[in-house]
Amino acid sequence: MSTETKAQAASENGGERRLNMIEAINDALDIMLEKDPDVIVMGEDVGYFGGVFRCTAGLQKKHGKTRVFDTPISECGIIGVAVGMGAYGLRPVPEIQFADYIYPGLDQLVSEAARLRYRSATEYIAPMTVRSPFGGGIFGGQTHSQSPEALFTHVSGLKTVIPSTPYDAKGLLIASIEDNDPVIFFEPKRIYNGPFSGYYDKPAEPWKRHAQSVVPEGYYRIPLGEARTVAEGEALTVLAYGTMVHVAESVCREKGVDAEILDLRTLVPLDIEAIERSVEKTGRCLIVHEATRTSGFGAELSALVTERCFYHLEAPVERVTGFDTPYPHSLEWAYFPGPIRIGEAIDKLLSE
Amino acid sequence: MADRPDADSEAGANKPALRLHVPEPKFRPGDTVDFSHVPISEAGKQPRPDEACDARETEGLCYDLIRVLGDDDKAHGPWDPKLDPETLRAMLGHFALVRAFDERMFRGQRQGKTSFYMKCTGEEATSVAAAMALASDDMVFPSYRQQGVLIARGYDLVEMINQIYSNKGDKLKGRQLPIMYSSREHSFFSISGNLATQTPQAVGWAMASAIKGDTRIAATWVGEGSTAEGDFHSACTFATVYNAPVILNVINNQWAISSFSGFAGAERTTFAARALGYGLAGLRVDGNDALAVYAAQRWAANRARANAGPTLIEYFTYRAEGHSTSDDPAGYRSAQERDEWPLGDPVTRLKDHLIALGEWDEDRQAEMDRKAAERVKAATKEAEKNGILGHGMHQPFRTMFEDVFEELPWHLKEQAEQATRERLIKFNGGRPQ
Ligand SMILES: Cc1ncc(C[n+]2csc(CCOP(=O)(O)OP(=O)(O)O)c2C)c(N)n1
Repeated sequence: MSTETKAQAASENGGERRLNMIEAINDALDIMLEKDPDVIVMGEDVGYFGGVFRCTAGLQKKHGKTRVFDTPISECGIIGVAVGMGAYGLRPVPEIQFADYIYPGLDQLVSEAARLRYRSATEYIAPMTVRSPFGGGIFGGQTHSQSPEALFTHVSGLKTVIPSTPYDAKGLLIASIEDNDPVIFFEPKRIYNGPFSGYYDKPAEPWKRHAQSVVPEGYYRIPLGEARTVAEGEALTVLAYGTMVHVAESVCREKGVDAEILDLRTLVPLDIEAIERSVEKTGRCLIVHEATRTSGFGAELSALVTERCFYHLEAPVERVTGFDTPYPHSLEWAYFPGPIRIGEAIDKLLSE
Repeated sequence: MADRPDADSEAGANKPALRLHVPEPKFRPGDTVDFSHVPISEAGKQPRPDEACDARETEGLCYDLIRVLGDDDKAHGPWDPKLDPETLRAMLGHFALVRAFDERMFRGQRQGKTSFYMKCTGEEATSVAAAMALASDDMVFPSYRQQGVLIARGYDLVEMINQIYSNKGDKLKGRQLPIMYSSREHSFFSISGNLATQTPQAVGWAMASAIKGDTRIAATWVGEGSTAEGDFHSACTFATVYNAPVILNVINNQWAISSFSGFAGAERTTFAARALGYGLAGLRVDGNDALAVYAAQRWAANRARANAGPTLIEYFTYRAEGHSTSDDPAGYRSAQERDEWPLGDPVTRLKDHLIALGEWDEDRQAEMDRKAAERVKAATKEAEKNGILGHGMHQPFRTMFEDVFEELPWHLKEQAEQATRERLIKFNGGRPQ
């Protein structure tokens, strides 16, 4: 972690290191830049300035301009050069400033990075980790709010990772960077600075009070493909990731529902065993994501649960999602799958 | 790191080690700024080729800087558009209004009336003067910093503010981020947040106009940083292939958020010179010289109208303020840059020109500024009757589902019912719609 953020983190917490998600991501990048001379961090505004969300603050100063640098405003170029750097043997970690701006880079991701290992029969690989803030809840309108994860989970050859806490963000990012396959690493920007209960009209909480904001110094990794059990319970299973883990947790707590909440953390590869184990135990499954509903990742989860746990199910699988519209600006909170939508789905699941 | 395919090869022996070049701006926070390295051509010295000339004849103008207003505040040379004082005063009036509008909207965002705002301070000429050089029904594909085009075209300020406040009066139904206007009535295309997407769209509109034998042309605006996007290069290629009646305006304001123009290639060539490789006519213009902007835009418009081809114009200017309300430039550039910018301020330069002509004075300017501020204030009050962001006076909830498609399919109908039910629960059965 850059000295600036480190000093700040230490002074605030009298020894025990508590970080927000931005600091945890910065820490992971710092450690990997230090540990592996092949790691390169690049993207729009990431160099001198340290990123519009400050995730790369201090890294250029510490690791030098040829390890951490700004790029032209061309997402196609950013991902394309990352493929080329990977072909050389580097391990690029490009940032796309907002997930909403990843589309110009889609061809390089889908047709190139995702298939390189396969089409060259392992002669070449694309060991890149594309970091990008995603999701809404910040009044960002339709071009700073989208959750396009399902576009990527649909592509064979891409891994998709979404952390929901500072501790996980660090460990998952390190594992993603070390992974030899291309990884899409979506950072839920609504919870960069603190978890989110789903009640937009209540004061924002800082990470400091959350157990998962304790982030150890130094290197550690959280393997890709392992879900985290946020809460154990018997009444129903909730499958969520990113911001919605916190929203679902607060709704279950408030309703006094004995829910087992799984934070999937990695969508591809998916921790299917954890899902099966939990749904077989509870017999009820609620899937929550912020992305639009139709062909969303929830559809995949619902199909898997139905196919594999059918005889254990006591009610049809429920999905709570964003609506199938572009993300609206003024009606953001009517769009967002908040406590009411989740609460209704829980009531329905438990009544059957 | 990768080994060479043949590990034993001597291929690298005796060859120099390669080095990566990463551009760096001249000045960072705290630095003393000296722009004497920026070549500034003398006003009036640039040749003005025939509007229907071969694109190659503009080569010199791609590296020069077309300027009309001299240090003596007089207009010089063949590019002088010879506008009458009435038109110049109208232009100054638009400038005053844009500036007053930017000031008030920026403050409104700081006061929590909306989520976001972007000023165009220092770049007013590149939109106002350019818009005045076009016909009012020429189609415009703007980026997000061309409020000057809308104001020059007489767009209602209250409508603009309704959009910024995302309130129930917003004719875009509160869907878009503030300043992402759209006004078909003013031949002003819906603004996208995705950079450079508008550039090939402008070319397509111009192609359509040509296909139909229409007389209207299209113009688009894009920041220099955004010219790195593939869309811009597609626009250039299509424009040249079909000789489309279009003007590609590149606003080179030196900064793209925190990245200086070097990250779009400015260390090695000009943005106007991009035109040459594509076979487009290219002009490089002092973007803070309202007369030069007007003249260049009119030259390109006449060229397009005469079926003589598209033009790429680089306006050399400076982003005097932060990128947006989310940005603080103190973190990446020297605060002195603004004051030292050698091309000055477009509003002051036009004002001084009118004064030099004996057609204006400081008192009248002060009166104009005061009136502009009053007009914006009155429009703001009017718009606030329709609500501000996040205070409940938004469009009805069901409008969220309208216009996704021409007709509402079953799944959106169901979702609209869900949304309505949720609002009733939230507000205990109250709060209609
Ligand atoms: C496709 C895309 N990538 C990134 C962004 C984020 N972004 C918004 S504005 C901006 C800088 C644009 O700079 P420039 O084109 O020079 O225009 P200026 O803001 O200076 O007017 C960036 C990177 C975006 N909006 N769209």
